[in-house]
Amino acid sequence: MMEARKYVWEGAIPLQIHLHESEVTTLPPPLPALILAPRIGYLPLLVPHIKPHFSSTLPPGIDTVWFDYKGLPLKWYIPTGILFDLLCAEPERPWNLTVHFRGYPGNILIPCEGEDSVKWSFINSLKEAAYIINGNCKSVMNMSQPDQVELWRSVINGNLEAYIRVSSKLKLGTVGDEYAADLYSSSLNSRQSIGDTDSTGQVKTGRVPIRLYVWSVNEDFDDLEDAPQIDSWDKISYINRPVEIHGEEGKCFTLLDAVKSLLPEYFPYKSLNNEESSREEDKDEEKVPSENLSEHVESCYSSDDAEVKLVRIQGIEPKLEIPFSWVVNNLVNPEHFLHLCVCLKLPQVKIPSDT
Amino acid sequence: MCKMQESASTMVEGYLSLENIILRSIEEEHDELSCPQKEETSCSEKEELIDIATLVQSNCSKVPYYDLHIIYSASYRVPVLFFRAYYGDGEPLGFNEIEKDLPAHSAKALLDSKWMFITQEEHPYLNRPWFKLHPCGTSEWMKLLFHVDVSVAKNGVTVELYLLSWLSVVGQVVGLRIPLEMLNQQ
Repeated sequence: MMEARKYVWEGAIPLQIHLHESEVTTLPPPLPALILAPRIGYLPLLVPHIKPHFSSTLPPGIDTVWFDYKGLPLKWYIPTGILFDLLCAEPERPWNLTVHFRGYPGNILIPCEGEDSVKWSFINSLKEAAYIINGNCKSVMNMSQPDQVELWRSVINGNLEAYIRVSSKLKLGTVGDEYAADLYSSSLNSRQSIGDTDSTGQVKTGRVPIRLYVWSVNEDFDDLEDAPQIDSWDKISYINRPVEIHGEEGKCFTLLDAVKSLLPEYFPYKSLNNEESSREEDKDEEKVPSENLSEHVESCYSSDDAEVKLVRIQGIEPKLEIPFSWVVNNLVNPEHFLHLCVCLKLPQVKIPSDT
Repeated sequence: MCKMQESASTMVEGYLSLENIILRSIEEEHDELSCPQKEETSCSEKEELIDIATLVQSNCSKVPYYDLHIIYSASYRVPVLFFRAYYGDGEPLGFNEIEKDLPAHSAKALLDSKWMFITQEEHPYLNRPWFKLHPCGTSEWMKLLFHVDVSVAKNGVTVELYLLSWLSVVGQVVGLRIPLEMLNQQ
């Protein structure tokens, strides 16, 4: 298990960064900067390494740094590896990005004041993950100041050992079922499993933090090069919803099961949740008036189901039958979210005939 | 709120939207709030937003308009308020201007208490920066709100009543007041 996580932490994307032409004030224009960007890192953290390369040519003014890929402003709070997996169907090496030091598109991107903004966003996501896993944010909020600093430094520096040392105190656990590899290896002894376990150690129920990025196509394509370019964030459905794992005896909850459970509007018949009609409700969960349920959207899809064409996680495309617990334990990002880039082929809509 | 429980898997996810409303009139004192007539909007699909223009002021160039969206957070399992403000000419208000525009007493009290935080975050559906009001411990204080009501203990809470009660607290930060008649209708 350590091996897979090491690969993830050591993963990096070669970037070729061009200064936007409107900000070049010298001749000849500067060469692009070449930099290896950690997959689990964030673009604004690269600025101190990039800026010296361009500072002599920048126009006067205050820096407000942002990046774009083929004109699409990049969301700085999404880890670099995920941006690459999402926006480059066919991986481009090096990845050509444009950096801007002026003219921040404040109507599209939320503000970023360098490392502090990224750290705040990271800690916030960590709190959210803690809430999803444990039902409260206490472990993150009660972190000592030195621990917080060490955790953040371990992420910036890509130091997995230091990260494990500090993050194990957060008790964010691992998903334990019989399909998770190396469940009882020594590095896990200090952790507890997500959710409740019965006497056999099999997980009964738990929530897994997920960020799902879905882009859909209408037609099949054989080559990734032919996949349509994403030129607007509106073409990506961003779904921030936890996966609920219900342990079932003898049944492996696969990656495909997890993805389908997050897209009930496309996969209405395959849902583990539907099987339980008498679910235990939380005390504070509100009742649903019956008249609202009757207004549900009628599915007008034909017998062609939607199809999951591609699931990319940390740059790899695992077989969809892979146990989801393994994916969670090994491919999760440092803030404890699993980011999934999914390409969905939409079902063919059958238009009813008027006979 | 269209996203009900997980079993209603054929429902489309959406959010509640209240747009183009004026929360304060320019003649009033700084700490008095006018309450324009409004109704709860119905559930909207992701692509359809229902505009409700309520008050039109004659010299409205510097009166801010607000768009309020109530969005369900699947992570925290509570509603969250997203909002933005802009002047009549469309110019958006920044964080400092919004802070100045918030009703002095209630907003300050709630924000100072650290029960509520305003942050600038991306709208989950619209891919634009909005302001998010993040009330800590929502599920805890919502339980407290309903603790007193005997009929609630017996019959549970409808979604509408939950949202109205939630909004009666959260709305105070932006100066949205729920008419008592709405709460008495249940």
